[in-house]
Amino acid sequence: MFSASDLKKGLKVLVDDYPWIITDFEFCKPGKGTALYRCKMKNLITGSTMDRTFRPVDKIDKPDLEERETIFLYVDNDFFVFSDSDTYEEIHVSKDVIGDNAYFLIENSESKILMFNGAPIDVTLPTFIEKVIKETEPGTRGDTATNVTKPAKIDNGYEIQVPLFINEGDTVRIDTRTGAYADRVSKA
Amino acid sequence: MTPVPEHMPTVFPKPEHLCNLAELQARLALRAGLFSHIRAVFEENGFMAVETPLVINAPAPEEFIEAPRCGERFLRCSPELEMKRLLCAGFERIYQIGACFRAGEHGRRHREEFTMLEWYECGADYWQLLRFTSMMLREAALRMFGSPTINFQGMTIDLKVDPQIITVDDAYRQFAGISSAEALERDIFDEIMSSKIEPQLGLGRLTFLMDYPASRASLARLKKDDSTVAERWELYIGGLEIANAYSELTDGVVQRQRFAAEATARAASGMNVYPEPVEFFESLEYGMPDCAGCALGMDRLAMVFTNAEDISQVTMN
Repeated sequence: MFSASDLKKGLKVLVDDYPWIITDFEFCKPGKGTALYRCKMKNLITGSTMDRTFRPVDKIDKPDLEERETIFLYVDNDFFVFSDSDTYEEIHVSKDVIGDNAYFLIENSESKILMFNGAPIDVTLPTFIEKVIKETEPGTRGDTATNVTKPAKIDNGYEIQVPLFINEGDTVRIDTRTGAYADRVSKA
Repeated sequence: MTPVPEHMPTVFPKPEHLCNLAELQARLALRAGLFSHIRAVFEENGFMAVETPLVINAPAPEEFIEAPRCGERFLRCSPELEMKRLLCAGFERIYQIGACFRAGEHGRRHREEFTMLEWYECGADYWQLLRFTSMMLREAALRMFGSPTINFQGMTIDLKVDPQIITVDDAYRQFAGISSAEALERDIFDEIMSSKIEPQLGLGRLTFLMDYPASRASLARLKKDDSTVAERWELYIGGLEIANAYSELTDGVVQRQRFAAEATARAASGMNVYPEPVEFFESLEYGMPDCAGCALGMDRLAMVFTNAEDISQVTMN
């Protein structure tokens, strides 16, 4: 159990049977009144957000969360199969949980899986992954501007916006947190 | 021996982070100016500067304020009882700027140690205090910036226009669609105050939130023509609570009753019960003159005058 005074930004709590992360926190104490701990929280399963205010007497449950280091193995129908790096136990993660991360999973690469009550609820990939551009309009030689972009597709069909100087066959780095182009690694 | 650095430092180490030194220097200089202008206004108006003890035997019991322990004694949460003892002893216009302490209060607008301006004026009531406070802040701005306006968090606060004056009950009805009595009844008074009302106060000019419900009177006297509310106001600037003032309760018997009620509430919520403020009660026997008093958070005022969003920007911790 947490006390209200333990609450802070980044803390993970169990509220209404869901695990939440506190994304914003403020200590308030309106004119001679009770202390209030005002939290903005994000649901770790659904991604929805809510505001919740606690008083000093409130107790808040701890969620049963565990982060596991894994290696991505392969796709099996609707499931993505990972292997626990310590125990080699296979972990099956559904398509829904993976979401857009599916485009950025690379076989035998590392990722972290967040487990809630023993079930996977979130996958965190390495911040940057490298992909080869499979399809884009020809680049403009010498145009090094990065603020003008054009669409491009990577091997699995995922579309990103890239600067004009990027060509088919170039290898680029993608930020998996945003799904956006970061920089060019090498030219074709 | 530590070598002398080649360049002046650009950051200043704080308990949880490094802050930009140039910004801190600029704000601390403005803060120092603000303090001296405020002191000057008090001196010019015949107030005497006093210093009362930081370490005390018995804090005033308040249900939601916790005094840090200091050995067998306590660090003061406010200088209120000691300053009132001076009023009982014949001092008529006194002010003090000094540190106060409240256990467990830490946030964007709170520190466990903070700086309070507190003053009392005999023969005055909370209306006179309201006018004096407005004048003092206008003077401070004029002397600091040569203009009666301050820029705070994207707002221009005009200290020359008449302040907004709104009762607590009207504010609850206007901003939350509920009477203050109903909010108390449903035990959501503080939640509504914090989330719905405070952000709407002090926008563009000062707001004085007047006439608190009797159950939130603290040490204010009840209104003569309406005993359901107390002669108490709080000042807001840009959504920030700045000051709290009363027409002071002077009746020793009622004072003891209020303390007893607060002590009972503290005991009920498992908080420690403070020793009785013996010297304060003895002083009351000699009679407390009619007066009004105000407590103003100087760190928060410095936030407003230096356009800071976090109290750490105007303090060292």
